[in-house]
Amino acid sequence: MQYSEKVLDHFSNPRNVGELPDANGVGEVGNAVCGDIMKMYLKIENNIIKDVKFKTFGCGAAIATSSMATELIKGATVDEALKLSNKAVAAALDGLPPAKIHCSVLAEQAVRSALADYYARQGIDPEPIVGKIDAGCDSCTH
Amino acid sequence: MDNRFVYADNSATTPVAPFVLEAMLPYYKEAYGNPSSVYSKGREAKRAVENAREKTARALGAEPGEIFFTSCGSESDNWAIKGAAMAGAEKGKRHIVTTVFEHHAVTHTCEALKEQGFEITYLPVTSDGLLDPEDVRRAIRPDTALVSIMYANNEIGTVLPIEEIGQICRSAGVLFHTDAVQAVGNVAIDVHAQHIDMLTLSAHKFHGPKGVGALYIRKGVRIGAFVDGGGQERGKRAGTENVAGIVALGVAIEHAVNHLEEHNAKKRAMTERLIDGVFSTISHCRLNGSRTRRLPGLVNFSFEGIEGESLLLMLDMKGVCASSGSACTSGSLDPSHVLLAIGLPHEIAHGSLRLSFSAENSMEDIDYILKVLPPIIERLRSMSPVWEKIVAAEKTA
Repeated sequence: MQYSEKVLDHFSNPRNVGELPDANGVGEVGNAVCGDIMKMYLKIENNIIKDVKFKTFGCGAAIATSSMATELIKGATVDEALKLSNKAVAAALDGLPPAKIHCSVLAEQAVRSALADYYARQGIDPEPIVGKIDAGCDSCTH
Repeated sequence: MDNRFVYADNSATTPVAPFVLEAMLPYYKEAYGNPSSVYSKGREAKRAVENAREKTARALGAEPGEIFFTSCGSESDNWAIKGAAMAGAEKGKRHIVTTVFEHHAVTHTCEALKEQGFEITYLPVTSDGLLDPEDVRRAIRPDTALVSIMYANNEIGTVLPIEEIGQICRSAGVLFHTDAVQAVGNVAIDVHAQHIDMLTLSAHKFHGPKGVGALYIRKGVRIGAFVDGGGQERGKRAGTENVAGIVALGVAIEHAVNHLEEHNAKKRAMTERLIDGVFSTISHCRLNGSRTRRLPGLVNFSFEGIEGESLLLMLDMKGVCASSGSACTSGSLDPSHVLLAIGLPHEIAHGSLRLSFSAENSMEDIDYILKVLPPIIERLRSMSPVWEKIVAAEKTA
């Protein structure tokens, strides 16, 4: 299995690692049984993602996709972040090995999960806006 | 201490020793004859193969006529198990006993036989990766064709009570095969004293080349040919011999067995230092498998809150080659069946690390690993939400 240089770069120097104490949207997807958990913190002001941090338990691709997803949404509008797809994350990393595509799905879902929390905190039902959150473990039996 | 390269994955494969390579080369260059040819070049190659057979037999306490060369450990396992199954089925015996933590070469062969109507009993192992021989006795039935139990586990390195199991099988009149791929060259083996009927070995685990293995078949054990064709390997495994590879296997096994105690003392000292060092510098970790009944050069740890593949990548960046039983490295969604078999929860099994050493490693390698490993674990834990929960749970407790 071969990782691209970009995956290895984002794995060894992940961007935006950590927590945001004043986050107004926090989401977590995946589970430890499957071996991947991503937690994402968003600080949203005036519909703009001012800051974003993540914590990830998982393989090299899981860490790299989390890092890339945070880079792609930092400074973006909420609408733009809602449109972030797993394909965009994978493409920005110059591709992922087939067995690791699910990591990019998890990264997309981590962003959506944090946005859902952002809406829920304002008393807005997130599901019509964000859609259903999928843990990204379609093929997983756990 | 500067960065260095540390090869700590000798259970995956070992480098070919220089003297082994030297011994092989003439059989590619000058002595390239086909051992089946009658002229001198052929006879020269034939002599080399037979010489290697003698060396291999001596290393196991066997007779040369009981050694059959194959292409790898998996082939030997397939031959032994399928051969015994077919021979058993002729007498109405369609039951096989094995364990839950065998190498896939054994497990998947048994699964293939199950598809053909054989019944397989998978014996459990204890939390320290060992097996009670009495479980074998209890599992044997009148229709048992074969017991196949590994000599030493490839992931956690535990060494099973082979002599006791062999004794039980012999008294019950049941064939006993052992996959000794990880054991040969690391453990003193005597197939007769240990009542072993068939034994699998592979050259690349003891500084021989890849692509050559052997199956010991005790004289009197009747199993069919594995490859039909010419009369090579006494008509049981056709195909022109891998002469250079077989020569290499012979010199490598002879060297490994002649230096067994010296190498083991060195490897044990290295791994004991590693275990003590890891326990004293890293919290929330465990040694998988018995500390005492294990291969001298193999250790397997689990570190809570981290995932194995990212650990391997970080170690690789520091020049350390190792392996893990995490799902991401096993190519499936589940972590290693071995770690699950000894009762590890999935999330702990994902954070496993196997380090395996040969006598070519040094204490400097161990010290280097002890220097680079704790900061890597700390770094991965610092970005892990699982670790965050472990720490939070302890604070409230």
